[in-house]
Amino acid sequence: MGNSSSMLTQYDIEEVQQHCSNAFSQQEIVSLYKRFCQLDRNGGGFVSAEEFLSVPEFAVNPLSQRVLRMVDGLNFKEFVAFLSAFSPRATLQQKIEFIFKVYDSDGNGKVTFNDMLDVLHDLTGQFISEKQRKQVLTQVLEEAGYTKDSLLVLSDFVKILGSSGLKMEVEVPVD
Amino acid sequence: MSSSEGKLKPSSSELDLDRPNIEDYLPSGASIHEPHGKLRLRDLLDISPILTEAAGAIVDDSFTRCFKSNPPEPWNWNVYLFPLWCSGVVFRYLILFPVRAIVLTIGWMIFLSCFIPVHFLLKGNDSLRKKWERVLVELICSFFVASWTGVVKYHGPRPSMRPKQVFVANHTSMIDFIILEQMTAFAVIMQKHPGWVGLLQSTILESVGCIWFNRSEAKDREIVTKKLREHSQGADNNPLLIFPEGTCVNNQYSVMFKKGAFELGCTVCPVAIKYNKIFVDAFWNSRKQSFTMHLLQLMTSWAVVCDVWYLEPQNLRPGETAIEFAERVRDIISVRAGLKKVPWDGYLKYSRPSPKHRERKQQSFAESVLRRLEEK
Repeated sequence: MGNSSSMLTQYDIEEVQQHCSNAFSQQEIVSLYKRFCQLDRNGGGFVSAEEFLSVPEFAVNPLSQRVLRMVDGLNFKEFVAFLSAFSPRATLQQKIEFIFKVYDSDGNGKVTFNDMLDVLHDLTGQFISEKQRKQVLTQVLEEAGYTKDSLLVLSDFVKILGSSGLKMEVEVPVD
Repeated sequence: MSSSEGKLKPSSSELDLDRPNIEDYLPSGASIHEPHGKLRLRDLLDISPILTEAAGAIVDDSFTRCFKSNPPEPWNWNVYLFPLWCSGVVFRYLILFPVRAIVLTIGWMIFLSCFIPVHFLLKGNDSLRKKWERVLVELICSFFVASWTGVVKYHGPRPSMRPKQVFVANHTSMIDFIILEQMTAFAVIMQKHPGWVGLLQSTILESVGCIWFNRSEAKDREIVTKKLREHSQGADNNPLLIFPEGTCVNNQYSVMFKKGAFELGCTVCPVAIKYNKIFVDAFWNSRKQSFTMHLLQLMTSWAVVCDVWYLEPQNLRPGETAIEFAERVRDIISVRAGLKKVPWDGYLKYSRPSPKHRERKQQSFAESVLRRLEEK
């Protein structure tokens, strides 16, 4: 692709595979590497926010900024680890953990009312007023047995999302 | 409950994005599910479909695929084939290339020695001068094509010179223009380039009647549309050739056609161009190579083999919008040239998508939330 030696050795592949807990096959890791190099246009060894946003399909996603915060500047090994939650081999627990991390922007293990409100804002934009958002969120929280001041932790998320038949998978194209 | 706020606000971005629904083209998967039933906490917290779309775009997206170079498969890996390949390289660079360069130089000399006198001496007699200049431009283009050992097969009836018609074609490289021009002297609309290409544009191409635009100027579009309309109405102007994709694509996909060519009130004649990848990848990846390097690459390849199809002229159907017309013609060309269609605007190479797309998604989610809140 025109940049520096972009060849993965067998050792590199195995290292990456271990780091992502075998979420991807070796062929998939090679494909992901090609993709990583394709996105990393300036060859810096990581994909910057600009480079991610130059993919229009990503830029139009309502949660692009949140995802960007998690994926910006990662090297290839960490990039694959990030994507491992989307592998069909990932467990439901791993997927719920990922979702929890998206909500828990300050990383303290607790999701507050405001955290949830922020994500809801990203999802609905200007089409619901702030007041309505708060109303909706308070209502569904109370119906589920929480209050406005509840701090949700990972186990709460597992309880809430665990039975919903969560599907969160992407297919890595392997040629 | 009060109705959801506001309709989609007009976007402030320059990109014209009132396109057909992108969701028809994008991988559907999780976004198809129509949620029903009373709104629960888990429905608000479950952002998995949207995250899946984001991750899907990171892993593979249809836009980047359009601009990926696809060089012919390297075959020099075997100990017996390798020497053969090496001698091929030697032949191409040390024999073919100099011969081609000489042919091209001779062509330029003939061209300039005829063009310059014709241009200045026949200043008074416009129609005769134009006729000669047309012939000469077709000639120099033939020399260019010969310099890459271009093997072009034209299918379909040769374009005729009539007013109120424009030609549209898919775009892979600037050589598209040269290949078409050697058959018929078209007037073309082009982005003004720097360097020697720009010089050629302002002198020689001026004579066949070219229109310039500047991609980065938003207001430019109205001026350009006006010029296009004027040109296409003129009876003795050369037929206008437009590349509605607005940028070079890798000859395996086609991006959205800009509607400008389709709202001139003219007949649109589609032209499909397909390059044979076995010989050379003719895609000009302007992010990677300058045009000079691209030409040199072509001149050191074995040949440029392509098919050109002149397809049946199309008119705007009653009740059809310009955008629908553009899509219909894009369909005709893509089918003929074996291109996959993607729902993206080629100019997204240079700028970000309009917030309208994201807003549409947000609006549909917001409406679904409010609706389900009402349900018991």
